[in-house]
Amino acid sequence: MDIDKNIKILVVDDFSTMRKIIKNLLKQAGYKNIVEAEDGGAALKVLKSEKVDFIISDWNMPNMNGLEFLKAVRADSESSGLPFLMVTAEGLQENVVAAVKAGVSNYIVKPFTAEVLDEKIEKIIAKL
Amino acid sequence: MDARFINPFLQGTISVLKTMAFIEPKPGKPYLKKDALARGDVSGIIGFTGAVNGSMALSFSEKSILKIVSNMLGEEINEVNGDITDAVGEITNMISGVARKELESIGLNVSAAIPTVVSGKGHSIKHILGGPSIVIPFETVDGPFVVDVCMGGT
Repeated sequence: MDIDKNIKILVVDDFSTMRKIIKNLLKQAGYKNIVEAEDGGAALKVLKSEKVDFIISDWNMPNMNGLEFLKAVRADSESSGLPFLMVTAEGLQENVVAAVKAGVSNYIVKPFTAEVLDEKIEKIIAKL
Repeated sequence: MDARFINPFLQGTISVLKTMAFIEPKPGKPYLKKDALARGDVSGIIGFTGAVNGSMALSFSEKSILKIVSNMLGEEINEVNGDITDAVGEITNMISGVARKELESIGLNVSAAIPTVVSGKGHSIKHILGGPSIVIPFETVDGPFVVDVCMGGT
């Protein structure tokens, strides 16, 4: 399936280094239109100010964690349909269940390669 | 120390560095460490509680971690800076995640704390259980690093 690699992806992670790592993997996979935010609150501001096509968010973040951010995205009619990929260091069953209940599109467990990330994005977009 | 507590960290280290930094570290012969001196210049340490208690530290030589993080970020880094310490925290977290999943698969459920990172020549590692620890030395093309584990059952 041919995916539009020009989609705007919002990367949300409290660690600037992890944002750089994800951006590097996205660039390796051909995605170049990337914006970032340091937590859920900052990400909601980005969503209000610009059009985003896809969200990749960390789970563990201060202030507003990934699950709270996901719930806020789904609760707002402007962003409720956005594809949302959750990144987690653990793949713990209870977290996955909570994220699925809150409407996550898919999740990815660290560590992951650019290929796996690309595959997840393509799968989510294919389902839209 | 039970070998079942060590192997998940060994596997986790190889998996994380191979996947995220495209580096295949070669493990050497594990040895017992009785002092607190870190065997590297930058260390990430993380504690565990649950079916198994203790801590794991990763201690990287400066050259090895500069190469690892440069590969992860896709940009050349020539000195130990905030990116390096942040990345060591993230690497520690990821290895802990892989190891915890491995431990879970053999019926040992553990929770992890937030990793801390220390840098500088001759710094020390304080394990939660005090020690001694098992050190697994690794070699990379750009220098050595170690995984330093001190775990015990409850």
